[in-house]
Amino acid sequence: MKLAPGSKFRYLKHTADAKFQAFGDTLELAFANAAAALVSLMWNPAEVSAAIRHPVRVSGKDEQQLLLAYLEEVLFLFESRGFLLHAAEGVRIEHTAKGYELEAVFVGDARRTGIEIFGDVKAVTYNDMKVRSRGRPMVQVVVDM
Amino acid sequence: MELKKIDEFSWEIPCRGDMNVPAVIYSSQKLLEGVRRDQTLQQAENVACLPGIQRSAYVMPDAHQGYGFPIGGVAAFDMDDGIISPGGVGYDINCGVRLLRTDYREQDIIKVREQLLNAIFREVPAGVGKEGITRLSARNLKEVCEKGSEWAVEKGFGSRRDLQYTEEYGRMPGADPSDLSHRAVERGLPQLGTLGSGNHFLEIQKLERIFDPQAARAFGLQEPGQILVMIHCGSRGLGHQVASDYIRLMENRYQGRALRDRQLIHAPIRSEIGRQYYRCMGSAVNFAFANRQLIAHWVREVFRRVLGSDVGMDQIYDVCHNVAKFERHEIDGRSKEVCIHRKGATRSFGPGRKEIPEAYREVGQPVFIPGSMGTASYILVGTPEAEELSFSSTAHGAGRVMSRHEARRRFRGEQIKRELADKGIHLQTASWKGVAEEASDVYKDVDEVVRVSDATGLGRLVARAVPLAVMKG
Repeated sequence: MKLAPGSKFRYLKHTADAKFQAFGDTLELAFANAAAALVSLMWNPAEVSAAIRHPVRVSGKDEQQLLLAYLEEVLFLFESRGFLLHAAEGVRIEHTAKGYELEAVFVGDARRTGIEIFGDVKAVTYNDMKVRSRGRPMVQVVVDM
Repeated sequence: MELKKIDEFSWEIPCRGDMNVPAVIYSSQKLLEGVRRDQTLQQAENVACLPGIQRSAYVMPDAHQGYGFPIGGVAAFDMDDGIISPGGVGYDINCGVRLLRTDYREQDIIKVREQLLNAIFREVPAGVGKEGITRLSARNLKEVCEKGSEWAVEKGFGSRRDLQYTEEYGRMPGADPSDLSHRAVERGLPQLGTLGSGNHFLEIQKLERIFDPQAARAFGLQEPGQILVMIHCGSRGLGHQVASDYIRLMENRYQGRALRDRQLIHAPIRSEIGRQYYRCMGSAVNFAFANRQLIAHWVREVFRRVLGSDVGMDQIYDVCHNVAKFERHEIDGRSKEVCIHRKGATRSFGPGRKEIPEAYREVGQPVFIPGSMGTASYILVGTPEAEELSFSSTAHGAGRVMSRHEARRRFRGEQIKRELADKGIHLQTASWKGVAEEASDVYKDVDEVVRVSDATGLGRLVARAVPLAVMKG
């Protein structure tokens, strides 16, 4: 599959569920684009306004666990608070003695009529997960739908 | 991957390398072609490597690639040396199927089926992240997770008879919500009494054909044309969160374990964390039972309102197809308790098992295999042979063959609605894009899945039903 220059994410072939790769000049930007790829399976983030700011903080013992926890946060806020993500901003990843910590602000709006929710992501999985922080950073994720 | 053919419908991956047992695949030549294209067989081999696994890892006829275990994977583990794995249950804990019978015939509802479906669509919240109408406190929710369907019946949703006709009588033994995370509770609170989306659905069906009159009679299936209602849904976000929570907890506790697949993380059954997972998984099982109990109640209310009566709308049964349980099975000639994982597989106990309702003990347990949208669904019955073949398990559905993304590229929800209408099937949905993802062409041929189940003896054919009206989440 050819990727247009400047693409932030792309979907790959997967039988049962959805698989995507997200890119960025930094790992932080690749993480931000991964959130966009994730929510684009459920709603169109461009239809969601940037009315609410949700600070988030997650940790992981390695980069994969961190990515999983971060994307799960999107699902959690949607299902428990009805929060629709427009974009993940200011993603910051820090390597600590215990592993990794991430801080970001999820910008979006409360669910309301008019925005179609067309997909249901049950969970983020480790299946085929990749986190490439060197070269052009990239993350690859398969979600259970 | 090299497979050894055992007979027309079974294949084996012989025990080799790190495998503790062989893996046995029940499939037809046609279905096997699909299975070979993804990672199903590799995943079955990975399961066969897990500690304490008994006899064989089994793969059901509708299998496809999953996370950790394949979907359609069955494995039993020794209670002392064995493990329990969230990846062997899946995210949608106790996703399952409930089937209601009625005394109505096709001609009784054909003119009002649209009205029936639209009323059900209003009563039963559907779609992604839709909120249930039962507003609950966190304390109430824990009670739901402790008591399952019993909670719903106590609150006036359905009758005690329904409990008799639910797997585990609607209340999973050993469930204890005290260790449920706040996040699991928060995700579950708004979602009790909702169908959800994805492959979940509710169908008004008509019985089309009876293959086994004796079993059909026991299940209350009378004649072609009889109206049935099928409900397919699970534990929603609460179950997903329990799975995610324990994958992380087990990873952090047992991070030293070398794993072929990170998603296969597990804990010894009797370890503290293994026990905790079992209690929380059981809580999610109960949430799903209560969920289907509420939905069934609303369906009956709609029938009563629109048609004047809900008499005869008895529950045939309610089966789980994503669960781990402690069950007794015949291993090396003796009855032994094991922790059995069924992921995308249905229990299919044969006659005589004390776990099934008395009324079915002569014929065996009902098994429901829903088709894809617009195709037939099947009612099967558990067999005595299934014990030896698969620890009494069979298929759970059609199994996907095409990605959602590809489906959305190829199909349009509105067009599917028209095609279904041409076949006489009325469709109602929360999202047309969601409908496109569930087009029947994205699934394996359910007829073929059922044919393999019947021919091998995993579960025998009883009856076939076709949809008249479909509600998609």
